[in-house]
Amino acid sequence: MSGASPVSRWRGPARLVAKRTGLALVTLVLVSAVIFTISGLLPGDAAQEVLGQGATPEQIAALRHEMGLDRPAVVRYFEWLRGIAIGDPGQSLVANKPVADIISERLPNTLILAGLTTLFSVPIAFLVGIASAVTRGQATDRALNIMTLAMVALPEFLVATIAVLVFSVKLLWLPSITIVPQDPTLGEFLRAYAMPVMVLGVGVIAQLGRMIRAAIIAELDRPYVEMARLKGVSPRRLIFRHVLPNAVGPIVNSMALSLSYLFGGAIIVETIFSYPGLASLMVNAVTSRDMPLLQACAMLFCATYLLLVLIADTVAILANPRLRQG
Amino acid sequence: MLSRRGLLGGMAAGAMLAPADQLIGKPRTGGRIRVAGIVASTADTLDPAKGGNSSDYMRIFLLYSGLTQCDGALRATPGLAETIETDDNIVWTIRLRRGVQFHNGKSLTADDVVYSLLRHKDARVGSKVKAVAEQFAGARRVGPLEVELRLTGPNPDIPIILAQPQFAIVENGRRDFSVANGTGPFILKSFAPGIRTIVRRNPNYWKPGKPYLDEIELIAIPDELSRVNALLSGDVQMVIAVSPGSVKRVKASSSHLIMETKSGLYTDLVMRQDHPVTGNPDFVLGMKHLLDRDLIKRALFRGYATIANDQPISPLDPYFNPGIPQRAFDPEKAKFYLKRSGLLGTRLPVYVSPAATMSVDMGSILQEHAAQIGLKLAINRVPSDGYWSTHWMRHPLTFGNINQRPTTDLMFSLFFQSKATENEAGWKSAKFDKMLIEARQTRDQALRKAIYGEMQWMIHRTGGIGIPVFISLLDGYDRRIRGLQPVPLGGLMGYTFGEHVWLDA
Repeated sequence: MSGASPVSRWRGPARLVAKRTGLALVTLVLVSAVIFTISGLLPGDAAQEVLGQGATPEQIAALRHEMGLDRPAVVRYFEWLRGIAIGDPGQSLVANKPVADIISERLPNTLILAGLTTLFSVPIAFLVGIASAVTRGQATDRALNIMTLAMVALPEFLVATIAVLVFSVKLLWLPSITIVPQDPTLGEFLRAYAMPVMVLGVGVIAQLGRMIRAAIIAELDRPYVEMARLKGVSPRRLIFRHVLPNAVGPIVNSMALSLSYLFGGAIIVETIFSYPGLASLMVNAVTSRDMPLLQACAMLFCATYLLLVLIADTVAILANPRLRQG
Repeated sequence: MLSRRGLLGGMAAGAMLAPADQLIGKPRTGGRIRVAGIVASTADTLDPAKGGNSSDYMRIFLLYSGLTQCDGALRATPGLAETIETDDNIVWTIRLRRGVQFHNGKSLTADDVVYSLLRHKDARVGSKVKAVAEQFAGARRVGPLEVELRLTGPNPDIPIILAQPQFAIVENGRRDFSVANGTGPFILKSFAPGIRTIVRRNPNYWKPGKPYLDEIELIAIPDELSRVNALLSGDVQMVIAVSPGSVKRVKASSSHLIMETKSGLYTDLVMRQDHPVTGNPDFVLGMKHLLDRDLIKRALFRGYATIANDQPISPLDPYFNPGIPQRAFDPEKAKFYLKRSGLLGTRLPVYVSPAATMSVDMGSILQEHAAQIGLKLAINRVPSDGYWSTHWMRHPLTFGNINQRPTTDLMFSLFFQSKATENEAGWKSAKFDKMLIEARQTRDQALRKAIYGEMQWMIHRTGGIGIPVFISLLDGYDRRIRGLQPVPLGGLMGYTFGEHVWLDA
């Protein structure tokens, strides 16, 4: 490694990352076929949902033709795939608006919620994980373990419901639904987001905290840590300079999983707090059989997931000298 | 209900509301409230013709006005039409109120009304009431404020049909519904489909002094528990559709109240008449005797229901026939009929779903009672999504859920006429169909009532549906909100609360 020129030094990881990107793209295409097939299996279609229960078969057939739903599935699939490839997910069957417009209205909401939750949970998760790892086996560690295990085990809807009952209904401190006023002040903004961020944070902190603890402990048992200790490295320097960089692979990986969950899996929190994010938009699309919207949401979630995993892989590759050499 | 001539006296309606106003104090102008409905989706619309759910109806009634309005006794009262008159139930003369303005300042004329009525017949509009509008043979302008509506056949219920939200009046030639230009009590301030609708007071509303509130924000909280929590935490001031189980919580709060609206809404056991087992008349009678109506009312609806009698016309309907003896829960009789049908040993699946209110619990109660007399019912619980298109009416035993319709005629023609697509049980009676037409043609109120009474008997005796109870609608609201009164067509005053309520200081 030391003798290699700067170019060849990066060739290995670049090839690895390129390979992962290629694999991600192939996965995405496969996923698109699965999404299309599965959404086609849902009973009923948009024409029926739009016209309601009282529609005559002729009315439904006419609308189905107008929506282009009477063409063969394969034709529709490739047409849709072509659209997705050039960044045009088509027209919503129900709202009569481009799918891209609808998604771009909701996307900021989801990003804000996911972003705030990340800002809130990641530092806490690191604190919990590190504190727990360095005090392994002691009282602090055990207390933190019980706490995080309980937090992982509690279903989100329970946490949310209890939080609403306590903080909104009984104490009247925080709103029970997340309505952000137009042009909010910072106070209003934080107040509106406090509950959903807290509830989402519970799961993220617990899971991420446990992953960080495990990753650090795995490193702490390695000979180089002992070596560093013998050399008299301070505990703080040991953790941040020596251990964390080596543990970054698994940590970044579990962060990627948490983030992709925040992006598309916040459906329970969105429902309970009546928050207009992407997950509820997708559920909406399922019930109204708005396939272009549903498929676009599903693709977006998959793409984000793959992207986050790819980033995590890349970070892990770059952080790990053995992988770095390809 | 409606006299043939001059049925809409402006005075009558005013007189009816006055005592109520005295009881609840003098309305106060000003204030802002947030209201939570149940449904919000990208399909939310500002086009009255496309209104298809309770949130759409609320939005429509905030922004638009109809030719008529429906009062608490299911009678038509004057709206944009001062009078609606006919001599033969076929040709109707509609005289419009003078000086009504659209939100953009344009005056209401006969042309707007003609356009608004006839657009429903255009398939491209995608109107939810196209089938109803098919009976409009034509509409034409007679004078600047006078319209003649001609029907394909007689229908005495036109005034009440025109009170439906979809028939609200839009501007002549309007095709773009990304904005709302109506004559309603409120003006659109902002609209985000699936998220919120904000409206502000229309200072030029045609009802003097109304509306009272400065601003209303309409949102939706689909989850019932969250909706009630939002009310109790003060984030919203009014919610539609509180479940009977939550009433206690709301009532326990010192600052909130519940409004019960008795309605004709029902969840019914549907027995397909084209199936060899469920089509057996003795089987049908046996099942009807197996419905434990008292228990369903008490346990499932906590008393917020009215015992029903296996026919769809509720006691609220002016044409309700009180003379039909109440069918009671009677396992002995049920056993007798089921034995006589020779079907007691058969095993039958019943399809239930959260989509049909309380059908899951009703099914369980039914299963329990059936087991005691030796009839095996298997309860198949299926998800809400897709229930109406894939299960309802498609198996021998399913549950349906039917909303109160504004007229007796509509209830019968939509759900019991032999050719109706939503004739749930596939129950066919040529005599019934003939009587339906007869009632439409008659100009004698007493005769009409007699015919409808007999038709209720027929469904009670031989119809393929069992209706245990009529379900009350429950809304929750902040104690400071005044002016709410029940209108059986739907929650929150048949969705028209906007112009009626005010906020007490």
